[in-house]
Amino acid sequence: MKVESNLEKILKKGIFAVTGELGPPKGNDVSVVKRKAELLRGYVDAINVTDNQTAIVRMSSMATCSFLIQLGLEPIMQMVTRDRNRIAIQSDIFGATALGVKNLLCLTGDHHTFGNQVDSKNVHDLDSVQLIHCVRTMRDEGTLLGGEEKIEGEIKIFIGAAENPFADPFEFRATRLGKKVAAGVNFIQTQCIYDMNRFKEWMKMVRDRGLHEKVHILAGVTPLKSGGMARYMAKNVSGIIIPDEIIDRVVKAKKPAEEGIKICVEQIQELREIEGVHGVHIMAIEWEQMVSKITEMAGLLPRPKIE
Amino acid sequence: MIKAEQKPIDEILRSVDPYNRILLSGCGACVAVCHAGGEKEVGLLASSLRMARQKIGKRIEVLEATPARQCEPEFASEFAETIEKVEAVLSIACGVGVQTIARSFPNTPVFPGVNTTFMGETMMHGVWEERCQACGNCILEKTGGVCPIARCAKQLFNGPCGGSSKGKCEIKREADCAWQLIYDRLKNLNQLYKLEEVILPKRWGVESRDSGPRRIVREDLKV
Repeated sequence: MKVESNLEKILKKGIFAVTGELGPPKGNDVSVVKRKAELLRGYVDAINVTDNQTAIVRMSSMATCSFLIQLGLEPIMQMVTRDRNRIAIQSDIFGATALGVKNLLCLTGDHHTFGNQVDSKNVHDLDSVQLIHCVRTMRDEGTLLGGEEKIEGEIKIFIGAAENPFADPFEFRATRLGKKVAAGVNFIQTQCIYDMNRFKEWMKMVRDRGLHEKVHILAGVTPLKSGGMARYMAKNVSGIIIPDEIIDRVVKAKKPAEEGIKICVEQIQELREIEGVHGVHIMAIEWEQMVSKITEMAGLLPRPKIE
Repeated sequence: MIKAEQKPIDEILRSVDPYNRILLSGCGACVAVCHAGGEKEVGLLASSLRMARQKIGKRIEVLEATPARQCEPEFASEFAETIEKVEAVLSIACGVGVQTIARSFPNTPVFPGVNTTFMGETMMHGVWEERCQACGNCILEKTGGVCPIARCAKQLFNGPCGGSSKGKCEIKREADCAWQLIYDRLKNLNQLYKLEEVILPKRWGVESRDSGPRRIVREDLKV
């Protein structure tokens, strides 16, 4: 089924896609959403809206997506299975699509113990692969999960998911992508890439399995703001590998933030050359104002207008 | 087997505070194996309670018992006479045993002295790890004999998540990533093809505790 989201149209035309990310406010201050949205307008094709990322309570992803739609921007609604059972998941998908959401990123979500509600009970009724299967069933079969019951209306969703080539066991990561493809995913955004060799190795395994022809892969990048941030991420965030030479470049730079942007631009240019990479996902965490500069320097502007 | 840990002594003292004569009951099965509620622990806890109460000038009489399995009604019924002599029961059996006492003796208050923690395996002397969640539909044949429901922090059926690093889980860095263990074992068995299968959503609402407390009825065994 054609969903006709802007992101889908761009990827189907073979244009190198650019997505950005917007973290909703830790409260109901809509001005934060508007400010961040304007920083991304015109520089990306669609905007991921995170779903209580790192298990910190924030404005709901669906409500934030609705504001973006009102502002004339295209959201990619992130949905984690950590906080919802399949009743809530399917109900939210009804609601989100009714509000005009056309892209959904299916995630398991960061574990709740990383966040600010450590006493909560996590749900995990489905995992991310099962969520993909659920959304595909709703869209393509027009029924609820595990049932014959017909859905009133049509669920038009371009289905996304994440994959992390930097987590272990490395040899299994392409197989796992294969499972997501088998479950029905249409596009993938990867964890932020710093270790280019390992990413290329992973992409080779992806191509060897022919997966690059079945799913659009958007390579994830995050500009490093400072040497401290680089060191912190390298040491403390599981599933992120930052090679020493990149940390050194940022640490030794006179203007570390500028160097971070420069590295990010170089990475995008290198990623663009890899067969099977169909776009880039720029995660400028609390640094959304840099997306205009990064996309400009990387030669990704102007973003196409597709009818 | 079921694993348990003794509650903090202050909490136990608060539970028994209103009483001057109690029965402290352990269990000779699972909780004895994990040194939380066996005969030895009954003796030690009884002494601690007596000393603590003597210290504040409020003596307590503690009768001691350790039936072979507190969760079997016939063992609990051994207490019938003793129960008449006490005001309350402090049980250091698992949560099942505590409830057997409660059901058997409707007029006697019963308090738990341990926290029942998990069904697990002995790793070495003094170390136990969770292994089974009694989810009601075993999938160990698909996962190389390693249970992701009990051992993956996110209960992933199609793991591992992006937080698996060098064999460890990002949530508890000392814990093995269950999916790394699954991968390693299936690789060793030349069964990696098993990991290509998309495992579909589990029927939690039919198979598991989510359907309400479960019950097994074996007509062939009923008398």
